[in-house]
Amino acid sequence: MGEPLKRRWRRLAAAALVTVPLAACGGQDDGGTPTINFYNPPVENMQTVIDTCNAAANGRYEIVYRVLPRGADDQRVQMVRRLAAEDDSMDVLGLDVTWTQEFAGANWIREWTGADAAEVRDGTLPGPLESATYEDKLYAAPNNTNVQLLWYRTDLVPNPPRTWDEMITQAQQLRSQGRPYQVITMGAQYEGLVVLYNTLVASAGGNILSADGRTAVLDDGAVRALDLLKRFATAGVTSPSFTNALEDPARLEFQGGNGAFQLNWPYVYPAMQAAAPDLARNVRWARYPGVDANTPSRVTIGGTNLAVSAYTRYPVESFEAARCLRNAENQKYAAINDGVPPTIESVYDAPEMAEAYPMKDVILEELQDASVRPLSPAYQNISTVMSATLSPPGDIDPDETAELLRKQIQDALESKGVLP
Amino acid sequence: MTQLSEGKRQERRLGWLLCAPAAIVMVAVTAYPILYSVWLSLQRFDLKFPDEREFVGLENYVTVLSNGYWWTAFGVTMLITVVTVVIELVLGMGLALIMHRTLVGRGIVRTAALIPYGIVTVVAAFSWRYAWTPDTGYLANLLTPDGAPLTERAGSLAIIIVAEIWKTTPFMALLLMAGLALVPEELLRAASMDGATWWQRFTNVMLPVMKPAILVALLFRTLDAFRVFDNIYVLTAGANETSSVSMIAYNNLLRGLNLGIGSTMSVLIFLAVAVIAFIFVKLFGTAAPGASDDGRR
Repeated sequence: MGEPLKRRWRRLAAAALVTVPLAACGGQDDGGTPTINFYNPPVENMQTVIDTCNAAANGRYEIVYRVLPRGADDQRVQMVRRLAAEDDSMDVLGLDVTWTQEFAGANWIREWTGADAAEVRDGTLPGPLESATYEDKLYAAPNNTNVQLLWYRTDLVPNPPRTWDEMITQAQQLRSQGRPYQVITMGAQYEGLVVLYNTLVASAGGNILSADGRTAVLDDGAVRALDLLKRFATAGVTSPSFTNALEDPARLEFQGGNGAFQLNWPYVYPAMQAAAPDLARNVRWARYPGVDANTPSRVTIGGTNLAVSAYTRYPVESFEAARCLRNAENQKYAAINDGVPPTIESVYDAPEMAEAYPMKDVILEELQDASVRPLSPAYQNISTVMSATLSPPGDIDPDETAELLRKQIQDALESKGVLP
Repeated sequence: MTQLSEGKRQERRLGWLLCAPAAIVMVAVTAYPILYSVWLSLQRFDLKFPDEREFVGLENYVTVLSNGYWWTAFGVTMLITVVTVVIELVLGMGLALIMHRTLVGRGIVRTAALIPYGIVTVVAAFSWRYAWTPDTGYLANLLTPDGAPLTERAGSLAIIIVAEIWKTTPFMALLLMAGLALVPEELLRAASMDGATWWQRFTNVMLPVMKPAILVALLFRTLDAFRVFDNIYVLTAGANETSSVSMIAYNNLLRGLNLGIGSTMSVLIFLAVAVIAFIFVKLFGTAAPGASDDGRR
């Protein structure tokens, strides 16, 4: 009698040890209105959009805004860790465009099908839509997008350059005249450098990956882009901190007055008007320069996509909530109040947009044939090895660097890549 | 000894029962994860490609050990380990002597010396980062007028090393002070009666007596330094080739989601730590202070 009793007691104790902490993290499901947890980076006016959607839901669900950390890496790591553990308390996820393939490949997000998918496809710009697609299936709804523009000073440059070569020549002329001449953009060893290179590759008609995303190709266009990047870095037209510059330092440097050109995101414009109004009066925008005179540039898009977690307990409500969060009305609100360009083409025609986005025509023009970064679940690794290999751009040897990139990217695709 | 009495046997069983929870917990939290990561390291297992999981034998080890990033990280780790431990030993010894000999305000001196060790490493690392960042920091322009030392390799490594030393010298000093307490006062007095100078007393009397404490301090710090992570994570996040082995394992596991490669690195780190501990214990005869006199066990 004594022995089994003791054993049972021991088993009970072990069970208690395991279950007590688990019970503490159990769901707070009270059987009432489903709570849709929306994990998204911090956005100033997001709560207003959510309130609008909650009112429209009329009690069928309630979206709660769960704010992710500010840093992109931290956002991704938090979501990845919880999804790998099959956390069912995440419902709608705000993903950077470059993570969509990865999350889809890992089976962490649900495919958009039927009427949900049809609504997303309807009127959405092709570039953002491509970024939300994995193996020809739609895995997310593009919520907002972004492209870089060419900013130039009208007091120095009468006509904006259409190609990189023109821009370099103009800068060199200004330099020889002893006037501000620098071309300011992001060249540090990070994602920004990959974006710059990706834009050059697409503009030169090249490819980094094969169409199915399984092979690293780095064709002639990609080699030309390497050659151009090297020429730009060594032409004496960049700022001294080019190889160390991120977005905001680049903006500040341009505001400092040494630059004749700046290649950067649209946010620099309102920032400049507030911080350097005298300079801002002379600053205009144009389409990002191309590689060939007759082929317009194809600029890399940024932005976020909305996906539904594979582990959500409320898939139907989650898809509905995501559709509401990114509908035309809410995208317009976000564009005007938070400054993020919409993914639905018709929103650009709204009259209020002209005031918030004086450069909206150029943005839309670039978006209509924008390029996306390599579409692969291994993008994070590809980007890391690319930024490491391309940095500093002045040391590029086009053929050799292309060969090195080809090998490293192929390794990343085969899970053999080692991240530094 | 052949026939244990009923009471003795009961007592022994009770002993096992009392140890059992601790043993089970140890197996659950230590042995299982280690064995599991060895198992993972033998597979191609990338969360991004869940369908392509397969057993690959030692392929991951070949991949990691033939990779330049890994060896760079290994070199950085060794550099940080050797430099910080040596400097900490010297500084820590000085600090320990001061704390040991202080007559006035002994408590305050000891508390003050221990403050860096009491501050959470990540918090301290952030303040170092801000201090060395141009515009926000008071140290950034110390050496060069418009330098940004955290954006270049040599500067970053130097700052990481300084931050490590600043943080753990007090710990070293604490362990050494425990060793100093072992030195009998009579022995020192006898030595000075024999005309030994301070330096002779230090090298011929104090150091030999303190040897076990010094070796323990060195072992702890070497193992600790080899696993350096938080300072690097905050200060550079591994940019400009400043990753340590822990940092690179983190990057591959948690950022890269490559469980195969990341686990391989974790296993290699585990082996390196085991080798370091083995060298200290078997070759130098490190033992816990107060353990058997011969040191070797």
